[in-house]
Amino acid sequence: MAEILVVAGQRDGVLHPATLEAVAAARTVKTGGDSLAVVIISADPDGLAGALSVEGVDEVITVKAGSNDFQPELVEAVVVALAQAREPSLIATAHSVDAWSFAPSAAVMLGSGFASDVLALKSEGSDLIATRAGYAEKVLVDLEFPGRETTLLTIRTNVFEPAGGSSMPKLTAMDAPACETSLNHLGWKEPADAGGIDIPGSDFILSIGRGVSDEGNVEQFLELADEMGATLGCSRPVADNGWLAKARQVGQSGQLAANCRLYIAMGISGSVQHQWGMKHIENIVAVNTDPEASIFSIARYGIVGDMFEIAEELENHF
Amino acid sequence: MKILVAVKQVSVLDDEFEMRDDGRDVDEDFFEKDLNEFDHFAVEEALLIKEASGGEAEVVIVTVGDDDADDALRTALAKGAERGVRVWDDSLVDADSVTIAKVLAKVVEREDPDMVFTGAQSVDFGHAATGMALAGLLGWPHAAVVSKLDFKPGDENATIHRELEGGLEEIMSVTCPAVLSIQLGINQPRYASLRGIRQARQKPVDELDLSDLGLSAETVKAASRVRRMYAPERGQAEIIEGSVAEQAARLAEIVKELRGA
Repeated sequence: MAEILVVAGQRDGVLHPATLEAVAAARTVKTGGDSLAVVIISADPDGLAGALSVEGVDEVITVKAGSNDFQPELVEAVVVALAQAREPSLIATAHSVDAWSFAPSAAVMLGSGFASDVLALKSEGSDLIATRAGYAEKVLVDLEFPGRETTLLTIRTNVFEPAGGSSMPKLTAMDAPACETSLNHLGWKEPADAGGIDIPGSDFILSIGRGVSDEGNVEQFLELADEMGATLGCSRPVADNGWLAKARQVGQSGQLAANCRLYIAMGISGSVQHQWGMKHIENIVAVNTDPEASIFSIARYGIVGDMFEIAEELENHF
Repeated sequence: MKILVAVKQVSVLDDEFEMRDDGRDVDEDFFEKDLNEFDHFAVEEALLIKEASGGEAEVVIVTVGDDDADDALRTALAKGAERGVRVWDDSLVDADSVTIAKVLAKVVEREDPDMVFTGAQSVDFGHAATGMALAGLLGWPHAAVVSKLDFKPGDENATIHRELEGGLEEIMSVTCPAVLSIQLGINQPRYASLRGIRQARQKPVDELDLSDLGLSAETVKAASRVRRMYAPERGQAEIIEGSVAEQAARLAEIVKELRGA
């Protein structure tokens, strides 16, 4: 009988939705006798316990903090205290930006096994095997954790279907451990006003990437998107250069193209961060000069060619 | 005042590649090596702080890697860092982020910097772990994915923006010294000048092995081990052939079919 611990995330008191994906991932290695506990740290953890009472969750551990502010040192202290008390075989949490801050440090404090951005996990006998990608997603790697009683994994988001259903978990209140905190929340900076640009709501997106090369080349794609009835999107370099508004950026640090049915990617090689925002779309057309660009492996249709030439010809059709 | 920037030489896989005989990595003949893209931003941020302070800061670059990794180190030195530290030991060949962090922790003890920067992640494996694992070992304040930094030598606190999901940023103050992992776009990394590249060849680089740092293969044990590496099954797009006009016409047709127009 083993124990599994999932570390929930919250921002401003709102449960991080990928927490339920981490629960789903943890469930894939949960066997009959195992017990799965989710720990939530917030100013009002009891208020989030209901949302965490999903199928497979046996216990919700609530830690009442002074505020909802993210404090990596507090999360680390909670994880270390729970791991020492309960000796879980697995600690799972979503591969969120918050987890980037606390998970690697918690793992070295515990001396546990560790892997980040895990896509799949399984048990082979008593061994835990975690699969993640490598070399810019060109390979998969099966990792093992020999000699480790506990392994901490961060789970790639948008891979596991969030855990649903309901359960009647035991509620356990845990005192927040004393710890020094060296970060102080000063405020939020909301993404710049989208100005009516709605990537998540759009069903047809024409998106441009590094291949656009120069700010002066962007205008023609705005016009083309308009003529085609598409929303113009972009990959990170285009937004970072200030050529298009951040609200147009598709990907992990931008927008999820949640309702898109047709996505034309021009001059986008298809980094994992970009794919996060669009890989799920049923109809992806990739236009790229590099026949080996990874975008072609997720696209339905591909054109190996120059985005400017294709764009110019396309204008004749709309 | 000293800023230590930890950089990584990343491996860029050729289009066609073969696995090593033991099936646990790619054969090294199929790699090209380069300085990690994120690390250009981390180095630039350190140089900007140095320059804004009128040169009152020393920027030291550290990397854990074999002779090949000297190129990545020199690339960073050529931009204007003062000197480098390169740690290598044959027992590090299958090191993971935790092992690298354990080595870096000893370098930090030795160098006693006021700030440590890393890239937010590497473009080859994207563990996003080394910097924050290092902070955990040191017991230092830490923040990942820093997209804006306000810090000058002597400051007790730095003001940072953490870039969160969906473009939201959190503004925080962090006690120094701290380990910060630096996000793309925080600045505009410079290219090294020809003069900088020439000078970089002469800049001092301490070459250390594990024993120089009081470490052994056992004390830097990895937190994971590769059991198997393999190429994933990949989908392949239906390639639209023909002249540019024909390709565009077919694309227009696809759009119109799917849009029901």
